[in-house]
Amino acid sequence: MQEFRYLEESTLQYDPDKCIGCGNCLAVCPHQVFELGGAKAECRDRGACMECGACALNCPAGAIQVRQGVGCAEAVLYGWLAKVPVLRRVFSPDVCC
Amino acid sequence: MLPPEAAGEQAGLRAWHFVQDWLSTAAGLVPRVSPKWQLSDYVRAAWVRLGPGRDSYRMAPGLYALGNPDQDSPVLVTCNFKLTFDTLRNKLAGRSCWLLVVETYGINVWCAAGKQSFSTEEVARRVRETGLDRVVSHHTLILPQLAGPSVAAYRLKKLCGFKGVFGPVRIEDLLEFLESGMQVSREMRLVRFPLPQRLEVALVEVYGVRRFLLGALLACFVLAALGPGGFTLTGIAGAGVGAFATVLTGFATGTFVVPALLARIPMRSFAAKGLLAGAVTAFLPAGLLAGTLVQAGAQILACSAFASWFAMNYTGSTPFTSLSGVDREMRLYMPVQGGLLLAAILIWLIGAWI
Repeated sequence: MQEFRYLEESTLQYDPDKCIGCGNCLAVCPHQVFELGGAKAECRDRGACMECGACALNCPAGAIQVRQGVGCAEAVLYGWLAKVPVLRRVFSPDVCC
Repeated sequence: MLPPEAAGEQAGLRAWHFVQDWLSTAAGLVPRVSPKWQLSDYVRAAWVRLGPGRDSYRMAPGLYALGNPDQDSPVLVTCNFKLTFDTLRNKLAGRSCWLLVVETYGINVWCAAGKQSFSTEEVARRVRETGLDRVVSHHTLILPQLAGPSVAAYRLKKLCGFKGVFGPVRIEDLLEFLESGMQVSREMRLVRFPLPQRLEVALVEVYGVRRFLLGALLACFVLAALGPGGFTLTGIAGAGVGAFATVLTGFATGTFVVPALLARIPMRSFAAKGLLAGAVTAFLPAGLLAGTLVQAGAQILACSAFASWFAMNYTGSTPFTSLSGVDREMRLYMPVQGGLLLAAILIWLIGAWI
């Protein structure tokens, strides 16, 4: 998304040597981080990655790795609270939306 | 009035109002749905968007028909959040297709993908359970692109005999996608986040924050009674109202003003956007309700802190914030927010005693 840019912080790792050029990553990425340059995908806009994990899951060659997660403050907060023994009964990272 | 059987009623089971009739297929009866919304669909949709209805808007997974589909008609896979299904049948009016609804527990496609409930296995299970291979002669499923984080399309063929093709992000682009022989342009692949959508998803926060606001209201009056109210009932009421107006302004700023102006506020992190916006909007309650300059100062600090907190919470409503980014900004700004709020309360209380 060109209109909205976030902190350009992502755990996305791409290994072009493993890429088989199937183009699955282009089909699933909602920010079009990848582009097909010749026979392989190229990571053109890593900063736009939101770590949704769609590319890694849909890559049959295992060329993409990313720590998949939801960029939601509430979920992050509940994830922290769930680590506290007593609060674990009340909070789980999954309770929002 | 139709007799119960003609309206889709079977012993102990009544059909949804959107079921027109039943199609006989090789895999049994399939409900054919109307593309039209009825009044109750609009009312329930509004109720869901406002918050109270959104956790229980769920329909049975399975196979549905739209128009006059045959064995060559496309199969579109979707979630069982009824608002999504309603939008789908409405936007595809005039087309003939099969709609395969999978169990996502009433959650929309994107969030269900985040929770991994819209999974590869779930899609394959529904294909097998509905006997889809006996209903259509082709072997292609059209998947919503935003199910990508939890559906590995290339694994489907092996699991259920159907191959998965990702359609566009938006339902609005589906007609063009179907008519162009399943071509997807780069534009259709990109998520957008226009102003109406930014505010629409913010609306639900009002309902979500109700308990917090009730607690804040009580806290405001308790604190007002500790000094700023001057120990008279009218004084306490006035100071309490002023403080609560500050909290409300902070909430409205973080939840509506920041999302509305999103890209126009220069900073990248949402918490920082909130700090700035809250310091500006604070002049509203400060100008209208503050007694002294010290109180006004406290209001600006508090409003800024609350706006920052609620703007940060809005990250979960956007389709472009990463977990790593949100994690970083929370570690950075939560101490700032807490510090500002504490300072505001101390200034407010101590200022009343000097």
